[in-house]
Amino acid sequence: MVTRMGDGSLVETTEDQIKRDLREGTEDASLKGKVPPLSDDDLRRLFEILTAPSKFVSVERGNEVILTSDGGILSIGYNEEPSAGIPVGRSTMVKIWERILCADTAEIGHIDYSYKSIKPIVHAEQREMEDTLLTTVLPVFYGAMPNLGLYTQPDGPIPNPSELLPLGRIQEARECLERAMELAVKDMLYVGEMLYEAGADGIDFDTAGAAGDADFLATLKATEALKKKYPDMCVIIGMAGESVLGMHGELYYNGVRLAGLRPHEQVKLVEKAGGTIFGPAINTNSSKSLAWNIARAVTYTKACVREARIPVHTNVGMGVGGVPMYEVPAPDAVCRVSKALAEVAGLDGL
Amino acid sequence: MAIAHAMAAGMSGIRTAGDLVARMQMSRGMKIDEAKRYVADKLKVAVTDLTDEAAMNEVRRDLDLGLVYSLPGFAKGIGAKFNIARLLDIRINCVDRVKSKIKV
Repeated sequence: MVTRMGDGSLVETTEDQIKRDLREGTEDASLKGKVPPLSDDDLRRLFEILTAPSKFVSVERGNEVILTSDGGILSIGYNEEPSAGIPVGRSTMVKIWERILCADTAEIGHIDYSYKSIKPIVHAEQREMEDTLLTTVLPVFYGAMPNLGLYTQPDGPIPNPSELLPLGRIQEARECLERAMELAVKDMLYVGEMLYEAGADGIDFDTAGAAGDADFLATLKATEALKKKYPDMCVIIGMAGESVLGMHGELYYNGVRLAGLRPHEQVKLVEKAGGTIFGPAINTNSSKSLAWNIARAVTYTKACVREARIPVHTNVGMGVGGVPMYEVPAPDAVCRVSKALAEVAGLDGL
Repeated sequence: MAIAHAMAAGMSGIRTAGDLVARMQMSRGMKIDEAKRYVADKLKVAVTDLTDEAAMNEVRRDLDLGLVYSLPGFAKGIGAKFNIARLLDIRINCVDRVKSKIKV
């Protein structure tokens, strides 16, 4: 039989190899994440999904889940890379997303997908949001990344911690991250407020933690402040990776050290901050098989769902959640990820 | 890729009741099963009807909740969302803002 690797390539394999990969994938997640491995029954269900003879598989009737996206509509237009290059504006993209794709939700974002970059043009983003909301029915988020990297030199005013750390200037690097975090929180609040005032159904803090623990803490603080001002606001937090990188190492939220947190621990802090929906991101290993990566993603995600009181929508873009790390992921692999996560991990959405 | 996910596991948005169930997750933080039950109760349909295109097309027409096809005489865009907010007993941010603009 054939399957795919984590880089998207099609390879010959055997049933025994798929079983071995599934078991090794769940054991890897269990060991690194300190979460229970999948049961024999779960592994059997994953094996059936992986080895289903049809090219495309889907969930059983009644097991459908909600789909949210980060910048999804931008793949239609001509500004995002990669994108289909169709010359239509974002409001039109949302209508295509709603009535052709029939997505459950949509998100408007800017090509320069960071809150800092949006701040000076937020008025244009508000207008786009207002226009879109008048003519569409589905819920529309506004999304961007906290992206702490933009606040450090050469892109921002603060000395770069990545340059200070190799010089052993650890305390200085930490102070720089803290200053960057303060600036990021201000921008996330400003843009979040402006877009909510324009009518957005929700705000997406996407790729949270990309610059490490300070990036994640900025997201939690911004969420907390936005929810205090707008209790009805929906805030979705999508993570950058399965483990929070300890670029600072000594940052805490609600008494919990952020460095090294895994998805089932991250979600508890997102709940405390007032986040409405949590999106864990499980890294795909491109040199391992689809079976190995799916088992690993399901193991992490199932543990996260078990801990969560809020809905969990796992990230399933290129290179996360078991989806192969390839620009055009094959639907035969993508649909198996969807089915496995919805039915075995018990997700609320993708 | 989004199309593959939508076909494999999505609720199909306004073709069925995907947007409505999403709104319950977003406004009340409901998990997926609770959100489906809530919407089904409000629409007075079975949970299994929520992803049945034939059933939901009729329901959406009857309740004027917005349709895939742009048919004359049916609520569209913000008009459909006024009906959705009332039916699901939730606040929709843009609906509230339009109300404040037109002093309703």
